[in-house]
Amino acid sequence: MENIIIEVKELNTYFDESHILKDIYLDIPRNAVTSLIGPSGCGKSTFLRTLNRMNDVIPTFKKEGTILLDGKEIYDPDVDVVDLRKRVGMVFQKPNPFPKSIFENVAYGLRVHGNNDKKDLERRVEASLKEAALWDEVKDKLDDSAMGLSGGQQQRLCIARTIAVEPEVILMDEPCSALDPISTTKIEDLIHKLKNEFTIIIVTHNMQQATRVSKYTAFFLHGEIVEKGLTDKIFIEPEDKRTEDYITGRFG
Amino acid sequence: MISMPRIISPHHAQKIMNVVLWGVGLLAIVILIIIIGYILWNGLPQFSLEFIFGNPVGSGESGGIWPMIVSTFYVTFIALIVATPLGVLAAIWLAEYAGESTLVKAIRFAAETLASIPSIVFGLFGLTFFVVFLQMGFSVLSGGLTLALMAIPTILRTAEVSIEAVPQSYKEGSLALGASKWQTIYRVVIPAAIPGITTGIILGMARAIEETAAILYTVGAALAIPMSIWDPARPLPLHLYILATEGVSLPNAYGTAAVLVLIILIITISTNYLVEKYTKKMMGR
Repeated sequence: MENIIIEVKELNTYFDESHILKDIYLDIPRNAVTSLIGPSGCGKSTFLRTLNRMNDVIPTFKKEGTILLDGKEIYDPDVDVVDLRKRVGMVFQKPNPFPKSIFENVAYGLRVHGNNDKKDLERRVEASLKEAALWDEVKDKLDDSAMGLSGGQQQRLCIARTIAVEPEVILMDEPCSALDPISTTKIEDLIHKLKNEFTIIIVTHNMQQATRVSKYTAFFLHGEIVEKGLTDKIFIEPEDKRTEDYITGRFG
Repeated sequence: MISMPRIISPHHAQKIMNVVLWGVGLLAIVILIIIIGYILWNGLPQFSLEFIFGNPVGSGESGGIWPMIVSTFYVTFIALIVATPLGVLAAIWLAEYAGESTLVKAIRFAAETLASIPSIVFGLFGLTFFVVFLQMGFSVLSGGLTLALMAIPTILRTAEVSIEAVPQSYKEGSLALGASKWQTIYRVVIPAAIPGITTGIILGMARAIEETAAILYTVGAALAIPMSIWDPARPLPLHLYILATEGVSLPNAYGTAAVLVLIILIITISTNYLVEKYTKKMMGR
């Protein structure tokens, strides 16, 4: 069996009375890309944000069940949420660089975690930008505002910012939905490169993208996982009629 | 359904409204120019080195207004170093921590009410509380603190609105990188809200620098340069008020008004310039 980094068992989540995720079981293999697909409102983004506890800020959020990261429940009272988010990074749907310089955007996570060594910051910022395939485009304007970059560059900057803190898992919430096709290709190439080093979980509405970037796929519908497994298997011979209907575009 | 006959066509209505809206906009500018122009026209001829940097002779019928300029900066400075931290910290608390309880609504309502209380009432409060009860006497300190009370609600409201306007996506980006709530606030939210917070401080300062009624009962009316916060003083608006109402010297009243207007213009214009420069650097355009 594969090496599993995140193990989700019997997960149920609620906002107030409304039951969002229902009895989710899902294993996330280490150093591979897992796609979460499904129609809007099916709970895949909620699921993603449960994995780094971003839903904690919503007072009505309630979670039942187990989410193990390397065998340790991430909702245990002794888990430091700051430490968890260092290990489980996140890239958002809309590029959200801070209104700061390009350098400070990438250095942000490191500074927040107490690194103020100028030399070390410079080294890590450069390494992260290179890894995010952005270095050549920005190396001469590191002091310029990140807000002046194009949307695709901003999203790669957000990826650089995330990998700078060396997480184990990167959550991506439709990272290409606001980007043009060329920028999308660059991000997908980047995902291929990053999967050797990181575990990536990506929410996508683009079926082709799921087949291009991911080894595993889980299909969400109405808060449940209908089908999960190898991406090739799901897209070539889905077991469930609903999966087939969705991936062939008959609904959703 | 029977349609009503049109009195004017949409096309003509559009034209008429264009003229009306432009006219109202221009009127606002014209009124401003007339007032400032009138004051400068009457006040600038009084300007001389002696008028700006000299001491008043008698009760101000001749001589200069240097002690009043110093007093103005002195009381405004006291007001700002007290009101800025209080107003900004309260704004951060209201925008980021307080939530929406009944108590918070009451606090917000109180701040808004405070902002609309007539300044003479603040003056009366300053007299009974600072001057008499706390025994600070008629002094720069009593005047400055009274002005601070007036400036706090202005700074608070403007800062709160600009902190609330910081996009949620910035905060989420910061939290997702493992930053704590406070780190997010002081490293991302406040820098992004600085232009708005600065505007609030400038509005509060403008309220303090031009205020007469609130200092009438608190700062005294001394003609000498105040040497410490315990000394009485006579800021420009108060001097102007005395010169005009007691018939001391109308030309010097205009001269004083012109100095006051110029000080406010210089501060507002230079702050706007700095804020724009900062925004440009931050947003890259």
